[in-house]
Amino acid sequence: MFKKWLVVLIAVTFAASAFAAKDKNSIQVKGSDTMVNLSQAWTEKYMEENPGDFVAVTGGGSGTGFSSLISGACDIANSSRNIKDKEIALARGKGINPYEIKVGLDGLGVVVNTKNSVGKLTMQQLADIFTGKISNWKELGGKDERIVLLSREVNSGTHVYFKEHVLRKGSPDGKEEFAQNALLLPSSQAIADEAAGNPAAIGYYGMGYISPKQKPVAIARDEKSEYVEPTIDNVLSGKYPISRPLFIYTNGEPKGLVKKFVDFILSKEGQEIVLKTDFVPIKR
Amino acid sequence: MRKLKELVIEKLILICGLASIFFVALIFLFLLKEGFAVFKAVNPFNFLFGKSWYPISDPPQLGILPLILGSLLVTLGAAVISIPIGVACAVYIAEVAPAKTKEALKAGIELLAAIPSVVLGFIGMVTLVPLVKSVFHIPTGLTALSGSIMLAFMAMPTIVSIAEDALYSVPKSYKEGAFALGATHWQTIRRVMLPAASSGILAAVMLGLGRVIGETMAVMMITGNAAVIPRSILQPVRTLTATIAAEMGEAVVGSEHYFALFAVGIVLFIISFAVNVTADLFLHKKER
Repeated sequence: MFKKWLVVLIAVTFAASAFAAKDKNSIQVKGSDTMVNLSQAWTEKYMEENPGDFVAVTGGGSGTGFSSLISGACDIANSSRNIKDKEIALARGKGINPYEIKVGLDGLGVVVNTKNSVGKLTMQQLADIFTGKISNWKELGGKDERIVLLSREVNSGTHVYFKEHVLRKGSPDGKEEFAQNALLLPSSQAIADEAAGNPAAIGYYGMGYISPKQKPVAIARDEKSEYVEPTIDNVLSGKYPISRPLFIYTNGEPKGLVKKFVDFILSKEGQEIVLKTDFVPIKR
Repeated sequence: MRKLKELVIEKLILICGLASIFFVALIFLFLLKEGFAVFKAVNPFNFLFGKSWYPISDPPQLGILPLILGSLLVTLGAAVISIPIGVACAVYIAEVAPAKTKEALKAGIELLAAIPSVVLGFIGMVTLVPLVKSVFHIPTGLTALSGSIMLAFMAMPTIVSIAEDALYSVPKSYKEGAFALGATHWQTIRRVMLPAASSGILAAVMLGLGRVIGETMAVMMITGNAAVIPRSILQPVRTLTATIAAEMGEAVVGSEHYFALFAVGIVLFIISFAVNVTADLFLHKKER
């Protein structure tokens, strides 16, 4: 008898939680891994101020966020890249109308091991390194050592951005690709760890992941320009050459609870959180 | 009344049995339907033997040869490591070890089987990868070898337990006969027990390898995932499984990339199906 009741109880719990997910007071946020920490910080603060509302954040990559938005599995898609035409077409087909809101900026840091003597690179050198044209540190004034390339997986908005804006220099019909021997690591943290332990490594990721265990490289647009460190001030002033906008996408213009949350993100308080999590706010 | 109950239960079991076959068939059909769509964009030969995998470029380059070779290399490495150790371990447990050691060893191996692969991958990433790098003086420790070593740990429990069963099922009279003829213990093991259990041991090896080739999480974490045709085991590789796992989230549903990943799934399915059928053949040979 007891067992029977237990089964009923479990069934009810499941049903209840299924309903809770559809509750009007909850928002599902999904997408960019780069933005997970930022999104989580917004959520915590927001829920502290609005105890009745519930916001759930998951990562998975910008592409994952878009496919969830399209299938209706989330209310807000975080993305570290613009939505692709293909994705817009797909969304329209399902009656979803992606609405873009810019919420911050992210400087992409290029990092090497702290033992590496190379500390500054031009955009051209960077492109040559990651396409495999330059394959030894000695060509850049470093030790005679093969360069180990660290990249994110192809589901990462960071990977796509770096390819389009560094390797292909922003040209839409560029044909450059990451060298085949580039290691594709599943997370920014994995790149940070490998760069910290491997004297021959070079990798890239959002500025927020730079720690004293890696050495950030100063980047110049070309040989004549000044070499710029990846700092918040340099990104904000536009001096640092590799920075990208961060977006959230909603289905149509935000309404109701989603609007309340978006307004919070764009408020002074929300933008301060952007700064605290090592990204660059769009307003100060 | 009783008869009716019997009948209902019988039919229920029948439905359950059929359901599993039905679902396998459905999965396979879905895989075929989604996978074959890629051949509208790229012909099968270029797909299987193409040397570059750049799925998100425009137009995408969908050649999975580096991925197939990556999977095979990691599996081969794992086989070389796990087969001798696994079989020797089975022989020790079945033939040599005293009862207490035997129990301890069996428990240990079961424990090894219980470690989730993501945990093994994580351990490998922080311990094995730096070790491989410093031992071989190579630029990075994220290599096929690291993957092979970690996967060998995963194949070992399967190999040991099935090989051990095979050794137990050798009729006692064989062993007694060998001893009666004056053979030493080692001679008995080598000349009588191992050949008599060979089909079971081969099945054990195949099933262990089947597990290795389908493994995803650990290899994704420690093999570096570079889609390059491997020239040595000390190079990074990208496996078929890691490719599907890493890229499925991004692939736009209905794109060539999406279909290509299903086609990779078909290739993987065929490989592990072949491995399992081979194992099955060996097992049935033993029964006869």
